[in-house]
Amino acid sequence: MQDTIKVRLNGKDREIDRGHTVASLLESLDLHPGMVVVELNRDILERDGYGEQGVSDGDTLELVHFVGGG
Amino acid sequence: MTTDTMIADARSLDGPLEIGGATFTSRLIVGTGKYDTNEIMVDAIRASGAEMVTVAVRRVDLDRSAEGGILHHLDPEEFFLLANTAGCYTAEDAIRYARLARAAGFNDFVKLEVIGDEKTLLPDVHATLEAARTLAAEGFKVMAYTNDDLITALRLEDAGCVAVMPLASPIGSGLGVVNPYFIREIKSRLEVPVIVDAGVGTGSDACITMEQGVDGVLMNTALAAADDPIRMSHAMKHAVIAGRLAYLAGRMPSREIAVPSSPTRGMLD
Repeated sequence: MQDTIKVRLNGKDREIDRGHTVASLLESLDLHPGMVVVELNRDILERDGYGEQGVSDGDTLELVHFVGGG
Repeated sequence: MTTDTMIADARSLDGPLEIGGATFTSRLIVGTGKYDTNEIMVDAIRASGAEMVTVAVRRVDLDRSAEGGILHHLDPEEFFLLANTAGCYTAEDAIRYARLARAAGFNDFVKLEVIGDEKTLLPDVHATLEAARTLAAEGFKVMAYTNDDLITALRLEDAGCVAVMPLASPIGSGLGVVNPYFIREIKSRLEVPVIVDAGVGTGSDACITMEQGVDGVLMNTALAAADDPIRMSHAMKHAVIAGRLAYLAGRMPSREIAVPSSPTRGMLD
């Protein structure tokens, strides 16, 4: 079994370590869970589920936050 | 009298702005986009006196610092965040962005914006209506950006929007209110608050907008693209209050002949 999986993360293909949860993925990206909203395969995740939600090969993730706008 | 006292005094002459169960003292809503720096943005918003500020939903840029998120600079305890669906061209996309915004956990409000044309950024009113119905049914408090068309405004109110936001003129144009008659007509026919959104360029535009009797005005570029955004924000705060009070006061009739202000009797031989 390979040690990495392929995911589509914010529009780009990425290889990440196998075994990540959403929470550990955010931590590895230096993102504060309270500052982002996560969409996994088009489903918006509840924040309190980040620790249990695993990331699998082929998943599509969108990590969004608020930016300046009118 | 200090500026703050003058404004407190002026506000005692006007009621609060109530939108979807939330209450605001300021009738000015401002955007957070296009400022040169985050420090100027925050200072400008404070100078404007606005309590409700708009923000956009975008991907985190994973190649850059996580500090790109506006909440690293803007305190959500200090300002009421109104997330927008700017940049969306379909009802489906706007609904997706609205749901993502709500998942951030601040409130149920959304500034619904579905653009129909890249050149003018005019709204796609059919898609806006469709998205408004879906979002209102999901419990969102929808503030819908629309054009200055009365029928669309009425339909948006029927769809359950908590505020209808006709444009003064195209987004970022600074052309001011191009059709005050239509704005007045919309205001006179709707029960929900009418906020004029987009097109204000300078203080007089904001004042004239408020003189039409609308409940508030939303702007971004007029502040961010001014040579001195902080000074312009002060100006807009005063302009919005001036226009509102002038509307409430009821202006004198205009006539095309002069009428002397001093007595005509008692003049010397």
